[in-house]
Amino acid sequence: MIRDTTIGSKLWAAAIWATVGFFVVNLFAMIATVVTSSFATRWLGTWLPAGWTTRWYSSAWSEFQLWDVLVVTFQVIGAVVFISGALGVTAAYALARRDFPGKRLLVLLFLLPLLIPSMTFGIPLATVLYQTGLAGTFWGVVAANLVPTVPFVILVMIPFIEQIDPKIEAAARVFGANTFKLFVYVLLPLLLPGILAALLLVLVRTIAMFELTFLVAGPTSQTLVVALYYSVFAAGVRAVQSIDAMAVIYMVTTLIWLIIALRFVNPTQIVTRAKQQPAH
Amino acid sequence: MDAVAHAPAVEHGPSLRQRLASRGFDAVTLLVVPAAIFTLLLFVYPFAFGFVLSFEPKGGGDWLANYRRFFSDPFLYETIANTLRLAIPVTLVNLLLAVPIAFRVRLMRRQRLLTTILVLPITLGTVLVAEGLLNYLGPQGWFNRTLLTFGLISQPLKLVHNYWGVFASLVITGFPFTFLLTLSYVTGIDPALEQAAATLGASAWQRFRHVYLPLLMPGFAITFCLSFVQAFSVFPSAVLLGEPAGVTRVISIAAATAAFEEYDYSMASAIAMIMGFVQLAIVVVVLASRGLFYRGPASGAKG
Repeated sequence: MIRDTTIGSKLWAAAIWATVGFFVVNLFAMIATVVTSSFATRWLGTWLPAGWTTRWYSSAWSEFQLWDVLVVTFQVIGAVVFISGALGVTAAYALARRDFPGKRLLVLLFLLPLLIPSMTFGIPLATVLYQTGLAGTFWGVVAANLVPTVPFVILVMIPFIEQIDPKIEAAARVFGANTFKLFVYVLLPLLLPGILAALLLVLVRTIAMFELTFLVAGPTSQTLVVALYYSVFAAGVRAVQSIDAMAVIYMVTTLIWLIIALRFVNPTQIVTRAKQQPAH
Repeated sequence: MDAVAHAPAVEHGPSLRQRLASRGFDAVTLLVVPAAIFTLLLFVYPFAFGFVLSFEPKGGGDWLANYRRFFSDPFLYETIANTLRLAIPVTLVNLLLAVPIAFRVRLMRRQRLLTTILVLPITLGTVLVAEGLLNYLGPQGWFNRTLLTFGLISQPLKLVHNYWGVFASLVITGFPFTFLLTLSYVTGIDPALEQAAATLGASAWQRFRHVYLPLLMPGFAITFCLSFVQAFSVFPSAVLLGEPAGVTRVISIAAATAAFEEYDYSMASAIAMIMGFVQLAIVVVVLASRGLFYRGPASGAKG
């Protein structure tokens, strides 16, 4: 390890940590503002609110019909997680085990929905879904959310499958297992940690996926994050504290799953899998 | 399929199935088909559909009418400049902050706490960050209050419902993304290269300028591109924290307005195509300039 001991390098290090500290302090202060406001009776022109209350939670719960929204949110997420797991793991298996002409093209095809921002492909996608009548329905929202999550599962699972010794599968074949049995009795138990990690990441990303859901959701197929957007958008109609209470409910929903996910995955995996790609 | 495959005369040659299997096509390969069909249907087809639709204007006219309208109406074509004015400075700020911090953090043992904190704003998403910043950066918020207490300013700064509100939200959600990508590139370089340079007497700046920078340039270019396209498609914070009819009327607002307020999907598709094209143009320029730098092995024996 190289150690620089000059005054300049110490100042430089101090400046860097100060920047990091400034960022983290502001981040936590921003989150704390939302939480404080949601428990405040009246908060105008002071450091802290005049008094504390929990009534905004019950009013937000009934005003925004949060129970219905939460049910829809978890139905959408459940469907997205299940379908992206089924489609993604099988495709990742094929891509990890076989080399065939056109494979690079196929990997590129799966990489594109992750690299292109959802707003760019979301508008043509929403147009197609409106023309087929799927937009506004539950399955329209699920279909839109699957576009980035299926490739995500594939790219997370490929390196995981590659590290499993093909001899184990060969042995199962020798003893007469067909493809289905091989999957259920040999591969699935071995792949379970990887599948779990990939699907938890899909779950966390889908809760926060705003753009695609926003573009295709109808009044009965909104997820929590879209409902939050509309309530902030129409700010002034409701009390600020009520919106903040909803934001806290959204935050808690997300953070519970984030904490569960972080037990199984490296935080950087939430951001991207770009590192796995060769640097061309 | 060539004629030989169906020729019955070849009795002893391998069957079609065997020959396909030898090239990698067998039952296992077919497992990729459902996901491929899905992506073709819901990703490639909508893009192609939108592309064709953008040349079929809703209000009639010739095939280029949508594009002509976009580039002749200042309310529409200025959205490109508005978006670039946000996206390019934000991406540069994020990258310039991320690089020195990543170089410092790579020496840390316990990086996990910091990366976990940084993943928070990404996980919470832009809508929540916008809602939080509306309170926090507002005239009565803690940020202005702290500056007033320390006497740094005499009256509250206007930080929301303008350019700076969107800028702040793009830094809060964009910096962690840029940082974690940069960190993964920086830690991928063999530390022996730096040690060799240090042994030969290179100062910290020289080691960065002549050893790390050339090796990291391709990674920085990719990081810049990914961060830029994210910032370029900013939508919720530009509406909630910005001035959606003025300086932060970004291109995605124009596209969403065309689709959901004017119900003109043809125009919306045209704007989405222009948006994709501008992103692609910047990415191509950045990646092409990458070729001017060193290319070769950087990770040493790690592979």
